[in-house]
Amino acid sequence: MTSVLYDNPGPKTRRRIRFWTAVSVVALAAIVGFAIWQVARKGQISADMWTPFADSGLWNQLFSALFSTIKAALLSIVLALVLGAVLAAGRLSNRGWLRWPAFVVIEFFRAVPLLLLILFGLFTWGQPLAFIGEAIGASPPDAFAALVVGLTLYNGSVLAEVFRAGINAVPRGQSEAAYALGMRKTAVMRMILAPQAIRMMLPAIVAQCVVALKDSALGFIVGYQELLSFGKRIYQGAAEIWQLSQPPVVTTLVVIGAIYIAINLVLSWFAGWLERRMSRSTKLAGKPLTAAQTGDEVAAADAVPAGVEPPN
Amino acid sequence: MALAESGNLAVGGVQYLWQEHNAFLDGLLGTVKLSLIAGILSTILGLIVAAMRVSPIPALRIAGTAWSGFFRNTPLTLVFLGTSVVLPIVGIRFAWADAIGLDTFFIFAVIALSTYTSCFVADAIRSGFNSVPVGQAEAARAVGMTFGQTLRLVVLPQALRTVLPPLASMYIAMIKNSAIAEFFNVGELTKFFDDSVRDHPEHLYAEFIAVALGYIVLTLLVSAAFNLAERKLAVTR
Repeated sequence: MTSVLYDNPGPKTRRRIRFWTAVSVVALAAIVGFAIWQVARKGQISADMWTPFADSGLWNQLFSALFSTIKAALLSIVLALVLGAVLAAGRLSNRGWLRWPAFVVIEFFRAVPLLLLILFGLFTWGQPLAFIGEAIGASPPDAFAALVVGLTLYNGSVLAEVFRAGINAVPRGQSEAAYALGMRKTAVMRMILAPQAIRMMLPAIVAQCVVALKDSALGFIVGYQELLSFGKRIYQGAAEIWQLSQPPVVTTLVVIGAIYIAINLVLSWFAGWLERRMSRSTKLAGKPLTAAQTGDEVAAADAVPAGVEPPN
Repeated sequence: MALAESGNLAVGGVQYLWQEHNAFLDGLLGTVKLSLIAGILSTILGLIVAAMRVSPIPALRIAGTAWSGFFRNTPLTLVFLGTSVVLPIVGIRFAWADAIGLDTFFIFAVIALSTYTSCFVADAIRSGFNSVPVGQAEAARAVGMTFGQTLRLVVLPQALRTVLPPLASMYIAMIKNSAIAEFFNVGELTKFFDDSVRDHPEHLYAEFIAVALGYIVLTLLVSAAFNLAERKLAVTR
């Protein structure tokens, strides 16, 4: 496994690696063990701290809280795809009066913290749009509306840039050939560029779902009853309900965190699978967009795999 | 009629902001302080994690990957909540913080923000290493360079240039993420917005625009600095 930093190890280096592996295993085990011991010392991971999670009634509520999280994330990703497509179309337009507003909107919502947007929404579009939350059965409906609109504006702006990058990543020969055949710009976009770009963008879009799911936890701050809020309710109320000596804070956060991580790992794996599958595809002119190209949070996962040469 | 009214409101908003400019600047300073400290710490931590992830020792690689996988897939709000409730339980309360004029919540926010950001920094740095063609280092070793020379003269200069753009967007994301500290009672820009909107909801738009502009200026400064660095370092490869 020659890498940029070191050659394939010889017998001497292998011995040295074995030695340092042993040292680092001991060191890591000591660090992790110390952390666990600190938590265990306070009785935070003793058997009775887990009793709430042996209750099936709690799991029913936990799943409905998870469902609230997924509702917010899913609805905003779907809306963000629509908004992103509209904004990207504006950004790619030949007309300045469409291009500039789209540019300003995209850059504004990407530069402003999502939490600020959601808090602002609570005081503005939260109430008027609360009927959406009511229709979906979210509580409180105005916090749900503020959260979903905030997530939509932010993710829509990020996706708009993804779409633009995707359209620009289609080899130029494709649109040149289409223009040479006499197609108009709209037809080129609709029949040539978009179908190819969408396939290349799929991994980046799925990766953006991870961001939306994580950011939906901001609903906790504005009082939307979702997974994290429910976690806080568990550890605040559990001591009384289950007669515990102290609030089961650590165990609750471990369970809630594990749920988020499990869902996101599945999504990330799916994005990676799509990316690998597409970089093998011979029907695709150009390489798939990696998470790296979506900018912002989803930074460089891995170097772009060597794609196939464009068939033109 | 409506126009005149909204005109009055706009004037009122500006007047209100002028009155409150000290609170606003305090908030801005809080965001800058939080981002700066968390930025430095996350870079150090990120470098360590990246070094672990590219090291030849499997145990360190696995630990680095686990660290990245954990923070990459956990909501920052959960990390914030975790630090601020779990650390006091295990007895880490930063009693010394008061002595040097720091708020305990501020330290919790720094810890949460820098551990979370460190995984993104580590991934950016690692992908920078991966972007250097293996042939470069092989050639360096073939002409007899030591590990240190290869790293210093061949690999790092190339990796650094690839790493700058993703690092810039990382720090920008971190500045925006620092807004979550608001909920945990850390004085910063979003806290200023939250507080003043509760006291003076009539100036909602003025407050929002001012705070948004504050963030936009900060993020523009970061990207300008990185653009400058990129241009200074630019070489034909």
